[in-house]
Amino acid sequence: MLESKEVTKTFGAKTAVDHISLKLEKGHVYAMLGPNGSGKTTWMKLAAGLLKPTYGMVCFNGEQVSIESRKHVAYMSTEPYFYTWMTVKDVGKYYQDFFEDFSYDRYLKLLKQMELTEKLKTKALSSGMMAKLKIAVTMARDAQAYMLDEPFNGIDLLARDEIRACILSYATEDKLLLLSSHLVEEMEAIADRAVFISEGRLVECVDLEEMRTRQGVSMADRYRQIYGHTEG
Amino acid sequence: MEFDANRPIWLQVMKALEMDVITGKRRPGEKLPGGRDLALSCGINPNTAARVYQELERANLCETRRGMGTFVTEDEAVIAAVREQFIRQTIQDFLRSMAQLGETPESAARMILKEEA
Repeated sequence: MLESKEVTKTFGAKTAVDHISLKLEKGHVYAMLGPNGSGKTTWMKLAAGLLKPTYGMVCFNGEQVSIESRKHVAYMSTEPYFYTWMTVKDVGKYYQDFFEDFSYDRYLKLLKQMELTEKLKTKALSSGMMAKLKIAVTMARDAQAYMLDEPFNGIDLLARDEIRACILSYATEDKLLLLSSHLVEEMEAIADRAVFISEGRLVECVDLEEMRTRQGVSMADRYRQIYGHTEG
Repeated sequence: MEFDANRPIWLQVMKALEMDVITGKRRPGEKLPGGRDLALSCGINPNTAARVYQELERANLCETRRGMGTFVTEDEAVIAAVREQFIRQTIQDFLRSMAQLGETPESAARMILKEEA
């Protein structure tokens, strides 16, 4: 469904993403892992069509990503992107204007699940509530692929269960989900594949249950094996 | 549900369901949750949940009736065999721990009886 072909992105002298070739298939939940600055966010922005590769290309259903593919790929970035005057309701309306696949009913359902109300002002939200709002508004789209950059950031332990349940409820066989996080343990059970990135390069893409069966190794163990000698 | 992330998650969920069946918490012929519901209730990937049912079917412990869902087997002999297997495994694990402590099966058995009395 989403294919990265030799994708490379340089910013001046720095290479953020270095010849990443990767095929992501629908019906799977991928965990994208790597230390800070390894290129996860840049790769996601390239895959979302928000950045142009210096070299190579990303294809969505066989077509190079573009304005067109953005209609089918829901992307959640790490930085907050709502105007401070907006209420939670305004955020929903704003998304509804932008995305044909956005469902306001589904948004209301997600808000309830996340214990948020329409009247809340975004500038009054705590960082945890803001994180939940970003997830609600992204998952309210009936997209083909969802890419969430750091969905567990700023979310307390109890609320993480809600987020996981919400993510799982939309992980059907015709959807692709890609989640990046430093919180590796949070994703052990919900992801079935993991993509490890280091210094802009792809280390490997593995099937987690197969790795547990063959090597008795968890995703967190593998993470330590790959990045342990450097700063995790 | 809590998991040991070093072991296959489908196997852990499968063992938990087996336990429910052999202890009678789930009755012969009882309808089991659908794959998606199992995934949501255990907080696991839907593909992992699907694997649980594939493996339970392979072990003849449940059967899927087209369009109706998945059911616990009504074959009591299968359930008895799984129970037997579970008991043997538990005893073997116990004896292995006792052997590490320098106990024989006989001395371990004596200690169990003494514990009971």
